[in-house]
Amino acid sequence: MARIDRQHMVEQQPNVRNKNFDEVCSGFTDETAMIEASRCLNCKNAPCVSGCPVNVQIPEFITLVKEGKFLEAGETVANNNSLGSICGRVCPQEIQCEGKCIRAKMEGAVSIGGLERFVSDKMLDNGNIKKVTKSNGKSVGIVGSGPSSLACATDLKKAGFDVTIYEAFHKLGGVLVYGIPEFRLPKEDIVQKEIDNVLKLGVEVKLNTVIGKTIMMEELLESHDAVFIGSGAGLPYFLGIEGENLRGVFSANEYLTRVNLMQAYKADSSTPIPRPTNCIVVGGGNVAMDGARTALRLGANVTVVYRRGMEEMPARFEEIGHAEEEGVKFQILTSPVKLIGDGGVVTHMVVEKMELGAPDASGRRSPVSVPNSEYKIPCDMAIIAVGTSPNPIITGSMKELQTNKRGTLIVDENNMTTVPNVYAGGDAVTGAATVILAMGAGRNSAKAIIEKLG
Amino acid sequence: MNKILKKTKFSENVVEYVIEAPDVTRHAKAGQFIILRVDNDGERIPFTIVNSDKETGGVTILVQTVGASTMKLAAKKQGEFISDFVGPLGTATNLHDAKKVILVGGGIGTAVIAPQAKAMFEKGNYCDSIVGARNEELIVYKELFNKCCDHAYFCTDDGSFGFKGYVTQKLAEVLENDTTIDTVFAVGPLPMMKAVVEVAKKYNRKSLVSLNSLMVDGTGMCGCCRVTVGGKVKYACVDGPEFNGELVDFDEAINRSKSFSEVERNHVCNLTGEVKNHG
Repeated sequence: MARIDRQHMVEQQPNVRNKNFDEVCSGFTDETAMIEASRCLNCKNAPCVSGCPVNVQIPEFITLVKEGKFLEAGETVANNNSLGSICGRVCPQEIQCEGKCIRAKMEGAVSIGGLERFVSDKMLDNGNIKKVTKSNGKSVGIVGSGPSSLACATDLKKAGFDVTIYEAFHKLGGVLVYGIPEFRLPKEDIVQKEIDNVLKLGVEVKLNTVIGKTIMMEELLESHDAVFIGSGAGLPYFLGIEGENLRGVFSANEYLTRVNLMQAYKADSSTPIPRPTNCIVVGGGNVAMDGARTALRLGANVTVVYRRGMEEMPARFEEIGHAEEEGVKFQILTSPVKLIGDGGVVTHMVVEKMELGAPDASGRRSPVSVPNSEYKIPCDMAIIAVGTSPNPIITGSMKELQTNKRGTLIVDENNMTTVPNVYAGGDAVTGAATVILAMGAGRNSAKAIIEKLG
Repeated sequence: MNKILKKTKFSENVVEYVIEAPDVTRHAKAGQFIILRVDNDGERIPFTIVNSDKETGGVTILVQTVGASTMKLAAKKQGEFISDFVGPLGTATNLHDAKKVILVGGGIGTAVIAPQAKAMFEKGNYCDSIVGARNEELIVYKELFNKCCDHAYFCTDDGSFGFKGYVTQKLAEVLENDTTIDTVFAVGPLPMMKAVVEVAKKYNRKSLVSLNSLMVDGTGMCGCCRVTVGGKVKYACVDGPEFNGELVDFDEAINRSKSFSEVERNHVCNLTGEVKNHG
């Protein structure tokens, strides 16, 4: 076969997109999608599928793209992944499906994520989703409406369960709506449509309902045969350094929630948002990149401060690359020491240089501080993006729900918690991880519930 | 969508609303709060639960009309709907260890001590109260305090009703004369709570305060409401809103409360088109 290079999706130019909130990448055209699909070698053992947490039948759907059968390809994806448009955009494909692609080591992996997104987007508007009318008379209450809950709800509803989702916020979607920014994951055109497709199956919803406050877990267990907790990891860690409570210092959660869920990026929004000159973002994950690129779009000079090196950054390659192209500066091997302010408002971050020592428990080399290497970086805003842990409201309201030291729920091999008929999955169990791992856990929980009660 | 069952104007800028929210009434306790959004692109704003009625499903809140969102709320009529209402949030007031309590309310903060006076009255556990405001028109829940408290004192800055002066002056006088009072529960503007805690400390009494921090989600997700209590960072929305007054870093809290004052001060009102100085 003639060598064909990996096809590129259409992207806004960096110096254009860093001033707007429109999606960075508008995806493949029909033509480039078919060319890209032709690069798939259709390997018999399909290593790509083994890299996918929800086992999307990758060679099958790509073969259909090659043939121009886009909707059928979309249906093939949807058999295993009800949120293909979202996963195609936010999965770390380079360490999953695409990382296993035979072509990865040659001229570049097949753009599986790009193709998944392409066919799933076609399905969003043209898919034929019908309300599930069969019922097995059993009901499941689902706590939270992020990716694990949506995946769990979809599978349970299709299996004939009555499903009700309880969401604390005024809008469904969890981290998909409060965390991931519009320029990476459009809310109305993509997320809302994916959620609408789940609701079309006949899933019920109760918004503005905090489980453990508005409704107790015990009450949920009285009104449902089983409960799935997919409440995520919403509690932000701070650094615990001096000056962190100065005005102008935000958790990434607060900053992104204001901009995304509360829509402060829109000119006519009633949500206040600061417009700093110099913003520092602490952290090297996807959330740090999201915070940095958001602040950039709102007019700030942005510097990411990260205590390890570029290679150790947990963010997706694409996000780091996009951030760099857009003008985000990186000060790596640099760690915050304290924040200083004037009149109660942050003016500088004092940092110190780090060097990498021996690998730690996560396998990454631990940063060690370099003596006498402190210096100041000016900033009138700082965003702390150093991770999150599960919200303790639910576990605090039901002592029988046991957690480990990091506050994550303890589950067995069937995703059942220490309370019978209460299942859990996603970040609430793993701590902050990815959309696709959460979806996988939601699906596994649904499977266990179906096997036990269905 | 939640219906405004009743709207009562107490003064030009102070309005009491009873909102239909039967789910919230089922577990609501004194000291907890709710978060509401007036319309689809509204802010999430927290208000203390003044009263919660399981029979009617109504939750009472007291609102000072000060910013864009509360002006939008004020424009709603009785019988109309607001878009979101979630609660009860935060932890309930814990005054179990207190022998005799004096409640101190400043301005709109009086909304927080009112349910306490009622709860203690219903338990036959009488308390005293001091309510302060700029003038008589701004004194709220006068009858409730008169009915529920052993002694209900009122203070106004201009002397138009009750004692002319600050609640702290009255508090010092009461604590001086009544040694049976062991706990002061104060709610109002941060500088007022800070001053009340100083008085309580001077007379060697315990103090409890309810913090009205800025919030977004109200469930511990954003950290906007963080406050240092006894050297540790706490979230007013889930760990509070009530804390031991002596342990609260009020100067930090006062600083943080100004977080969006610049943005808000220059806010152009969507309703009237005027630039509001919310000072």
